[in-house]
Amino acid sequence: MEKIALSRRQILAGGAAAAVVATERPASAHSIKGEVPWAPSQADAPHAIDPGGYIFFTPQEAALIEAAVARLIPADDLGPGAKELGVPTFLDRQLAGEYGRAERWYMLGPWRQGSDNQGYQSRLTPAQLYRYAIKQLDAHVSSIKDGRRFANLATEDQDALLSDLEAGKVDLGGVSGKAFFDLLLQNTIEGFFADPIYGGNRNMEAWRMIGFPGARYDYRDFVAKHGERFPLPPVGLQGRPAWSSKG
Amino acid sequence: MARKLPSIDVALVGFGWTAAMLAQEFTDAGLNVLALERGVWRDTPTDFAPTFIQDELRYYFRHELFQEASRETLTFRNNGGETALPMRHLGSFLPATGVGGAGIHWNGQTWRFLPTDFVAKSHNEQRYGKLAEGMTVQDWGVTYDELEPYYDRFEYLCGISGKAGNLNGTKQPGGNPFEGPRKRDFPNPPMDMTYAPMLFAKAAQETGHAPFPCPSANMSRAYTNPLGVQLGPCTYCGFCEKYACGNYSKASPQTTILPVLMRKPNFELRTQCEVLKVNLDNTGKKATGITYVDAQGEEWEQPADLVILCAFALHNVRLMLLSGLGQPYDPETNTGVVGRNYAYQITSAVDVFFDDKLTNTFIGAGSLGMGIDEYNGDNFDHTGLGFIGGGYIALWTTNGRPIETHPVPEGTPKWGSKWKKAVVDNYLKQCSISTHGAVMSHRGNYLDLDPFYRDVHGRPLVRMTFDFTDNEHRMSDYLTDRAAEIARAMQPREIKVSRRKGSYSIVPYQTTHNTGGAIMGDDPKTSAVNRYLQSWQAHNVFVMGACAFPQNPGYNPTGTVGALTYWAADAIRNQYLKSPGPLVQA
Repeated sequence: MEKIALSRRQILAGGAAAAVVATERPASAHSIKGEVPWAPSQADAPHAIDPGGYIFFTPQEAALIEAAVARLIPADDLGPGAKELGVPTFLDRQLAGEYGRAERWYMLGPWRQGSDNQGYQSRLTPAQLYRYAIKQLDAHVSSIKDGRRFANLATEDQDALLSDLEAGKVDLGGVSGKAFFDLLLQNTIEGFFADPIYGGNRNMEAWRMIGFPGARYDYRDFVAKHGERFPLPPVGLQGRPAWSSKG
Repeated sequence: MARKLPSIDVALVGFGWTAAMLAQEFTDAGLNVLALERGVWRDTPTDFAPTFIQDELRYYFRHELFQEASRETLTFRNNGGETALPMRHLGSFLPATGVGGAGIHWNGQTWRFLPTDFVAKSHNEQRYGKLAEGMTVQDWGVTYDELEPYYDRFEYLCGISGKAGNLNGTKQPGGNPFEGPRKRDFPNPPMDMTYAPMLFAKAAQETGHAPFPCPSANMSRAYTNPLGVQLGPCTYCGFCEKYACGNYSKASPQTTILPVLMRKPNFELRTQCEVLKVNLDNTGKKATGITYVDAQGEEWEQPADLVILCAFALHNVRLMLLSGLGQPYDPETNTGVVGRNYAYQITSAVDVFFDDKLTNTFIGAGSLGMGIDEYNGDNFDHTGLGFIGGGYIALWTTNGRPIETHPVPEGTPKWGSKWKKAVVDNYLKQCSISTHGAVMSHRGNYLDLDPFYRDVHGRPLVRMTFDFTDNEHRMSDYLTDRAAEIARAMQPREIKVSRRKGSYSIVPYQTTHNTGGAIMGDDPKTSAVNRYLQSWQAHNVFVMGACAFPQNPGYNPTGTVGALTYWAADAIRNQYLKSPGPLVQA
């Protein structure tokens, strides 16, 4: 029962991992015998991000990211866009964490270019790719737009540049502009629609906009109501504001 | 090096569906059973609780329940002329790590294969003549009739919801008229249907098909299985595939077997123990046990009388290759057995958009849907079509999880205001018809060991050489055309047809239905295991899972994996233990 053994909460509480029945052999293995392991307070709940300013992005990087995501999912008559809903903060925390470090990815060489069907083959982690591509993109903009940065361009020019990236027309110093664009778009959509605990989708506004009721787990009463509009507002993993008293 | 441990009766490699089923069987038979799982212990209240399992980012997009590519992945190429490169993160398929394996994050679509699927070579050759050049389709060595009681056992273990279409040879209205005969009905009635599957069923009927509720391992009502383990009714939360069920409503090892098995005195589970190889004696014809490495990096030799490979299909094949268990397959000479006939699934989709109908697909379950089977297997005449095999067509409402599921009409840009408007306009008014096609085996599609890339333990990764062939594309296009006809009969505003074009890509998610590589059969020259899943080379090694499929029919594999496991368990209990040795003479 490795989770019990490693639980800081349990150690701090002085709680012994009582549920484990270890055999003598071999001493170091996690052996489970004669019972279904269970112990209180072991739920593997998610961690909400710490609010506040950027951890990963520099101010200049943040300016580009804020401007770019505001074009990918703009604020308009339908409602707020990616920037307003906190997607830059979502991206910042993702890149500062294990996703940014590619902790679950296979990152051993040899490194070779492959076909599109073989997928990602860069030695850059997502965090490294963002950092490098943002710098290169601003340098590219500066060279063709009289020293200006991406964030300072008119929105039409930003759109044109993003389209060029998407179409594979821009090389970012040896990194494919399309690879960066695809990752940025994917991560932006993730942040826009993920649970608000990760920094985006502020107040579940993106869910409300499309009609997704969120992290609900029981629709039995509504299964047979074919074609009717689901009447309840979204809830997140931390509930929704109306559930909390204003302390 | 490895320190030697006291011997055990049975060592199971991996602890997902097949290992849990076998452990239950063998402990009942009085054997001392040890399962070795490379991942951690996981269970419903602590790891999949309904207060946090509905987390799309964490579980699907950050892969929390899946295999970590950083520890072990595979290399991939479309053909032998390319250099295989590592799959650096998961994409096309999602193997698991941890107790319960992929059995905790599956959808629960639990089919039986057709009687003709088990005799695909002889049946197709008899009806259509010689197979296409390079096609290495084989008969299984086991028949549907032989497996029927074992399908039944697995369905009752899991509490499958469904409607019989053929009871003892008599067709049953409302069920799948093409299925093989069953001795009795499903243990549970079909799930309650949402709107979109009913719209599909109506259109399918109008276009001359016989729609039926798809068989589901999501509970249509509370259920107590033959082991006395209880499951709760499904709540249609729409977080099945890629997630674990927080509600004890989806059959998994945890919800059907482990509460009984884990308490038995003659069963032991060791977690974070990764098996490195199967050890063979100096004749190579008998296994002496296995060697594994634990979480501290220490190596242990575990002697065992019986070794059973119960890991995911790709991992079983790799372990055989690393252990010298069976001759590796060589596509040049078409000889050897381990790695032979790797296959997959070919899928396509037709999205359906309405102006006036709220489909609310966020109300869903992993195997909630209506399907048709007119175009599966050899249920239709293939004369002149240029392919064999087929697949089912179904409208599932598995989910409305918005990062993954926000379909937009043809021609919509991928970002910007127009994209946003299309998502907002269509999210509640769409659904999608899927086709789920067979992949026949071909000489050039196989698994072997990669010459360059290694895992965290320094062992070679498995190398996958695979592409769809003309047979798959013709078949999938045919299915997709039929799906589009039904989609139009649903009278939508518009549809979007997404065919599976060109070469196989390991990037976009398709299915975790990787099959073959250690196939079963009648001939030790062309199969790695016999009809009881027993290694032709070492009689005390058995190999479970979809790696035994000689080719991959047009259904999800788990029902057949379950049936084969009980079939093999019976042979081991009733034949092998009485007289250990080859159950079939080569």
